Formats: sequence, C-alpha cells, structure tokens
Amino acid sequence: MIDEVGHFALVLALCVAALQAVVPLIGAARGDAALTAWARPAALAQFIFVATAFFALMHAYAVSDFSLVNVAANSNSVKPLLYKLTGVWSNHEGSMLLWVFILALFGAAVAVFGRNLPPSLRARVLAVQAMIGVGFLLFILFTSNPFLRLYPAAAEGAGLNPILQDRGLAFHPPMLYLGYVGFSIAFCFAIAALIEGRVDPAWARWVRPWTLAAWCALTMGIAAGSWWSYYTLGWGGWWYWDPVENASFMPWLIGTALLHSAIVVEKREALKTWTILLAILTFSLSLIGTFLVRSGVLTSVHAFASDPRRGVFILLLLSVYTGGALLLFAWRAPQLQSGGLFAPISREGGLLLNNLLLTTAAATVLLGTLYPLFLDVVAHQRVSVGPPFYTMTFVPIMVPLVVAMAVGPMLPWKRGDLAAALGRLKLAFAVAAGAALVTLAAMGVRSLGAACGLALAGWMLAATASELAERVRLFAEPLPAVLRRALRLPRAAWGMTLAHAGMAVVVAGITGSTAWSEQNIVDARPGQSFEIAGYSVAFDRVNELKGPDYTETRADMRLSRGGRELADLHPYKRFYPGEDGSATGVAIRTNLLADVYVVIGDPDGKGGYALRLYYNPLVPWIWLGAAIMALGGLVSLTDRRHRVGAPARRARAVAAARIQAAE
Amino acid sequence: MIRLLLAAGALAAIIGATEPAYAVRPDEMLADPALEARAEQVGHGLRCLVCRNQSIEDSEADLAHDLRLLVRRRIAAGDSNAEVVAYLRSRYGDYVLLRPPFEISTALLWGGPALILLLGGAAVARLYRRGGEAQTAPLSPDERRRLATVLGDGDAP
Amino acid sequence: MIGFATPRRGWIFLLPVGLFAALVAGFYGGLGLDTMVLPSPLIDKPAPHFTLPPLYEGRQGFSTADLSGHVSLVNTFASWCAPCRAEHPVLNALAGTKRVPIYGIDYKDKPPAAQAWIAELGDPYTKIGADDGRIGIEWGVYGVPETFIVDRQGRIRYKHVGPLTEADVNATILPLVARLDK
Repeated sequence: MIDEVGHFALVLALCVAALQAVVPLIGAARGDAALTAWARPAALAQFIFVATAFFALMHAYAVSDFSLVNVAANSNSVKPLLYKLTGVWSNHEGSMLLWVFILALFGAAVAVFGRNLPPSLRARVLAVQAMIGVGFLLFILFTSNPFLRLYPAAAEGAGLNPILQDRGLAFHPPMLYLGYVGFSIAFCFAIAALIEGRVDPAWARWVRPWTLAAWCALTMGIAAGSWWSYYTLGWGGWWYWDPVENASFMPWLIGTALLHSAIVVEKREALKTWTILLAILTFSLSLIGTFLVRSGVLTSVHAFASDPRRGVFILLLLSVYTGGALLLFAWRAPQLQSGGLFAPISREGGLLLNNLLLTTAAATVLLGTLYPLFLDVVAHQRVSVGPPFYTMTFVPIMVPLVVAMAVGPMLPWKRGDLAAALGRLKLAFAVAAGAALVTLAAMGVRSLGAACGLALAGWMLAATASELAERVRLFAEPLPAVLRRALRLPRAAWGMTLAHAGMAVVVAGITGSTAWSEQNIVDARPGQSFEIAGYSVAFDRVNELKGPDYTETRADMRLSRGGRELADLHPYKRFYPGEDGSATGVAIRTNLLADVYVVIGDPDGKGGYALRLYYNPLVPWIWLGAAIMALGGLVSLTDRRHRVGAPARRARAVAAARIQAAE
Repeated sequence: MIRLLLAAGALAAIIGATEPAYAVRPDEMLADPALEARAEQVGHGLRCLVCRNQSIEDSEADLAHDLRLLVRRRIAAGDSNAEVVAYLRSRYGDYVLLRPPFEISTALLWGGPALILLLGGAAVARLYRRGGEAQTAPLSPDERRRLATVLGDGDAP
Repeated sequence: MIGFATPRRGWIFLLPVGLFAALVAGFYGGLGLDTMVLPSPLIDKPAPHFTLPPLYEGRQGFSTADLSGHVSLVNTFASWCAPCRAEHPVLNALAGTKRVPIYGIDYKDKPPAAQAWIAELGDPYTKIGADDGRIGIEWGVYGVPETFIVDRQGRIRYKHVGPLTEADVNATILPLVARLDK
C-alpha cells in the first residue's frame, strides 16, 4: 500500500512540477502577481510529494519488501538496518529518486528562505527548477521506476555489494548530490537573469548562499568519497582520476570559479556575462556527470549498470537543459550591460586569473575524461588516460593558482601595485623558502618536487595569516582593538581565510602522500614482528569469525614505537557468501600527522598470510584540509550580508557597511 | 614531529620506491630491491584490464597478478623499462598504458590544456585592451557641451 | 558609469552552444560503442610462438605448428567461466559442421576440473592446451572466453571477445573462414 502511495506521489509531483514550470513564468512575464504567487506553494507541494515517494521507498527497504524489484535486487533481510536504509541510493533507480528529492528540497528551500528575493525573480527561478524536475521525474517514471513490482515477490533479496556496506560511504552519495544538484539553483538564477535581461550586484548576492551551500556539500562529498576509498578498499589510493570521480570534481572546480567571479559582479558589476556562463556550466557539468555515470559510455568501477535507453534519455535531458540555457545565453547575454573597468593587477584581475586557471583545469579534466570516448568515436582507436596524464597537466595549472591565491587578497580593487602587495608577503616568502630548504636539506635533491609542494603550502598558509593579520591590524594596534576588529570582521572574511588555509593544508597533505610514502610487503606468520618507518608491528594471531552475512579472517596486531605500545591493529578480510564478494578491512592508526596502514591479504596455504604495511605521512591532512575548506564555506554562509532586506538589523548593517568600505 | 618527517623521508630516499603498490604479494616480489622498485615503477604505468581503473600494482585481479609476474620476469631477465612496456603494448594495445602515448592521435589531448590556457589568456588580454579603448573613446560634440555645462565653463543658464 | 562603447560581437556568444553541440554529438556516437571490448593489436600479425602441454595426459600438446597450413579457430575457455558454459553448445555445433578445426586453450584452470567440464559439455576441440596464463598474455587475452581466427599462414585475422552466439558464427565467423580458405 505504501509503495503505491509512493508511486502515486511521484506522478503527483510530476503534475505539480509541470504547473510550476509554466504558470509562474507567465505570471512574471505579464506582471500578474496572482500567477507569480503560484511558485512558492507549488515548490513546497512538489517537495512534499517527492519526499513521500522517497520515504516510501526507504520504508520498503527498511521492512525488506521484496515485492519491489528494486528492493529485491539490492537488499536482503540480514543486512543491518543502517545499510538497508542507505541501500536506497546504492542503485540507479533509488539514487535517481534521491537526486530528484534533493532537487525538490532545494526548490522548497528557495521558496521558504528566499523571502528577500523579488517575487518575479523567485518565480522564474522556481519555474526553471520545476522544468528540471519535470524532465527527471519523467525519466524516473518511464525508465528507472523504483516502484516496479516483482510478481511473485522474492523470498530473499540479492543483497548489496559488501564493499558498500560502510558507514562513511553510506552518506557519501547524499552529500555529493546536495552539491551536484544544489548547483541547479545557481543555474536557475542564471536563466532567470537572462530572461529578465538584467544582472544586478544584488543578483550576485542572492545567488551566493545557494552556491556556497552546494559548494560546501560537494567539497565534503568528494572528500568523504576519497577518504572512504582510502580506508576501505585496501589499495590505499585516495584519488584515481576515475571518470566518475572527475564527474564530481569538474563541477567543484567551476563552482569554485563561480563563487569567485560572483564577488566581482557583486562588488564591481563586472564579469557579468562570464559569471552567468559559469553558473550555467556548473550545473551542466553535473548533468554531464550524471550522463557519464549512468549511460555506459565510460568504463568505471563506479558506474551503475548501463542501459542505452537510459543513456539516450539523459542525453536528451542534457541537450534540452544545457543546450537551451546556452542558446538563451547566446541570445540574451549580449544585452547585459557591463560596468566596472579594472587593471590587470587588481583584486578583480586576481579573481579573473583565478577563473582562467580554474576553468582551464576543469577543461583539462574534461579533456582527459572524454578523450578516449571521442577518439574511439572519430578514429576507432583506443587509448586510456590515467593518472600520469593528469599529474602532468593538472598540477602545472594548479601551482600558479595557489601562488596567485596568496597575492590576490592583498590587492585593492580596480588598480593595485604588485610590488607593494608582494612586499607585504615577506613572511610568506620566508616560510616558503624555509620549508623548501628544510625539505631539501633533510632529503636531498631527489625530493625537489616535495620541497616545492611544501613551499607552496607554507606560502599559502603564511599569506593567508598575513592577510588576516593586516585586516585586524595585528602588531599595529593594541590587542583589545585587534580582538574587537577580529570579532566584527564579516563572516565572509573569516570564511575566505579558513577556505584558503584549508587549501594550503590539502596541498601539504597531497605532497606528503605522494612524496614520502613507504611500504613493506611480507609473508607473515603469527608470532612474527615487522618494521615500517620506525614502527614495530607485532603479528599475534589470526581469528576466524562469523558476522550476520559474512565470514571474517581477522588479525590481532600491536603497533609500537621505540618499545612503547601505541595501538592494537585489527586488519581483516571478509567474505560474503550471499553476494559472492569480499571486502578488506584496513587497519589504520593515525596521529593526524601520518598514517600507519596495514592490510592483510590471502593466506599462502602454509600458515602464513600476505601482509602489507604502509606508512603514509601527511595523508590525513588531505581530508582535514578539505573539512577546513568546507568549514570556511559554512562560515561564509552565515554572513549577515546574505540576509539582505532584513530591516531589523539596521544598526549592525551600518557597522558592517563601514567595515566593508574600509576593505 | 619534524624528526618524524625527516626520518621517514630519509628512509624513503633509501628504499627508493615512493609510490606504494597495494596489491603486490610477497611471493611475487623480486629479491633485488632495486629491480623490484623498477618493476613496481613499470607496473604503476600499466593498466589492469580487468579492473580497468587500477594499475596492475594495485589490482587484486588474477590478470594483474600474471602481468606483475611477467613484468618482474622480464626485468630480471635484463629488459629495460621501455622494453617491458613495449612488450605489453604490442600484445594489449595502447589501452594498457596509463599514460597515453605521445602521438599524432593524442596531440589534441596533450596539447589541449596549453591551448585552452592560451586561448583563455588571449580572451582575458582582449578584455583588458578593449576596456582601455573604451576609456579613451572620444566624446561627441553634444557630450562635450554637456560636460562644459557641468563643469561650469559655459554661460550661466 | 563607464561602460563598453564598442558593441559586443554576437558570434562569440554562440561558441559555448556550438561546442556543446559537438559534445552531444560525440556522446551520442559513444552510446553505440561497447567500452568493455578492447581491439587487439595482434590482428594481421603472426600468432605468437608457443607450446602448451596437453590437457589430457598422453595426448598431443598444442603449439604454433598446429596453426599453419589451414584456417583455424583458437578458443580460450575455463571450467570456472560462466559465459564459456553458455558458449559451448555453439562451439559444439560449429565443430559438428567440420568447417574449421577448433583448438582450445584451457586458461588458468585445474586439469581435473577442466576435464570434467569437457566430459559434461562436450568436446569440440581438435586439441586442447593447458595454460597457466602466460601464453594467454602472449595472445593478449584479458578475459574468457575469447576466440581467434588464424589464417593459413599462421596470422591472426580476427578476435572475438566474449561468448560466441549462433548469430556471431553465421554472420562473422563462417564467412571470414570461407574467405580465408580460398
């Protein structure tokens, strides 16, 4: 019964979305307030219906309702409840429903929290949002319906790939989709602006919180996926430039560019056309990613089972939305009035350089991802593009970006003096040089790459600190005044500081993990002891255990250093007979500076086991840095300037304006 | 803390291998650490054709195991890194290479990023130049009169 | 407010949608391709030099010499391979027509299991060699089943990846064999 309700709710959502896509647009065009007012209740109704469908499916998974094809194919009754619930989005149909759920969620959020938006703009944004909803709801109902019945109902389900039964991974898709799909709001804002033929600084301010929220979520989603693959798969990598990984990374790169260029629109009314294009491209890359993952055109460990019919449908949706948006852009963008000239050496110039490099980086990733496909289509030749390509092309683009990231915030608007800005970065130069020298001295000329990496990270971190210090007049004013300044700094300034600092931490983490990893691979017997990077790992015994749906070989080990015991390690390997798959449990012991990473392999048949010990310095900083970046984004999100049009905060708004003017 | 890093780095420099191999089995490894390091280096450039998105050093597939053994056999027999790669490339095609070859067919791939950067840079340069031109566009006679009025140079109205 | 005095040229705004159209065309073309199948670089090259021990003790092994002088089919299979099981009746039928000899490479298998498998499903093979995987690498094998067509001069002319169906045999295999026989 609940399944039928869910199914019907989807159809209702489609009907509401269809209305929401048309009526408010007509209302906004005619200036008809009554029609325009349809947008908000329609968005809320759409969300309620889609949520009903989503939770109906979740309910079916929770009670192991095997009368649904989707549940029977992807779940079984012995799974722990958490994985039953998160199994909803472990497959194509369920994850599409999650996609549409988050789309409707963002639409409802705009309806509820977008009170500061002019009604006609809001109506247009919600109308475009609904258009996207219509397309994807049709896609679900016609090609990927999770509510299809299995008759007769199965007695037991096929179960979930054991590798996916993990707490961390369970939440990676929702985070990703919040980001991916959340960028649709920026897209809708861009379309609405093109329809209105106007991009005000206010537009940039209105679009910012939505873009920031999506960006934060995507940052966390990508980091979570990377961290999960590191500690679960046992092959130690945290990024493989896999097409599906790239599909989530490209919107992130362009989304970051969008966040930065929107600043220029807001502050200086320049780069309007470019910002609109970026807003369209960010979500378009999300759509391209959705296509790549689900159509089967690219091989990937991540890809869902491919179905050419679905591929054609998504391609059609992609063509309509992105093609339509870009056509509208070609028609209306020339009419956008631009203002605000600036010199190449200026804050705007720095932000423009940021955009140039980020866009080139995203284009490079796109090129690498799609090249094998296009070469095959055009020339019937097969090549593969793996990590070495990206290392050789992506990294050289990002290095100048990180260098410039330090200088940009030091420059004033409109016209700046590069020499003066660099002069204020003396500390950053010193830290960078120091880091490089220490690394080279300790590790020799061979580690030139690592020295550069750490120098870059040090440069970035010190520059960010310098900028903050300047803003609060540290060392120039007495401490109480400095603290007062710091407290009254707009949150967006703190956000920027945190985000840039987080980036520095990530760069350091990447440097450490690629330059200084060590390994020790041995054939181990219980009772033996092994060394890695100055640590001792004592292999005590192996236990054979049974879990709810698996059998496990679990090792007991002790990690010590210099005679002092530090931790117990329990690497394991599980076999899941119900799904004919296995999963490796890596034992990691981290001191947040480096990881000791232990994997137990197969038995050698003579009482020994393949044991792999790794030492990964600075790897935790990759995810710590990403978390700091996302925190920066969240802090920015809480900036009071986003609540434009809240008259009660007049006094504080005036104070904020004063600080703004002083920037 | 710094000592930890320094010690770790020193050890890494001695061992030589900086990229970990996550699927290599102890019984596969060559006795000579220098040869083993070379084998892992070569293996990191070869794609596992079963798992498709891992190198043969990181994949647990049977084929990866066989290929790792092959790479080590040939290195132990005296082949250079390039020869081992060519051996596998002649049997499996370019797809087995993780780094795409530098050929005419991949010219657009390798040249693409630089090309995009140049085009983007040219567009940015054009933006700055046009901005400069706009600023020095001459005033029309009507505008000059209005300017004079505003500046107070003309007769009082 | 200082603005752009020169008019914006319209064509540059068409660039994004133009590039996108090319992208979509590429995607559409890509939908028809099978990304799992890799083309073999050994087509039109001589078959590798190899000698394989026989699967059945006492019988003759399988080596390069067997492939010269006539058109042959070389089929890799294994008892642990499910699609090979699905393909086997097609091979049996093809062997029954006596149009072309089929040689088998038992790939990374255990002889007793392979022998039992053959006993159960039938033996279409003129000769079967047992391979621990090394010879498979020489043929560029990356999965089972795979089937090669070798011409009279011992050159590989065609490779089929995955199980053979009747349609494959009738549409591709037999016509090619006929052409190579002339």
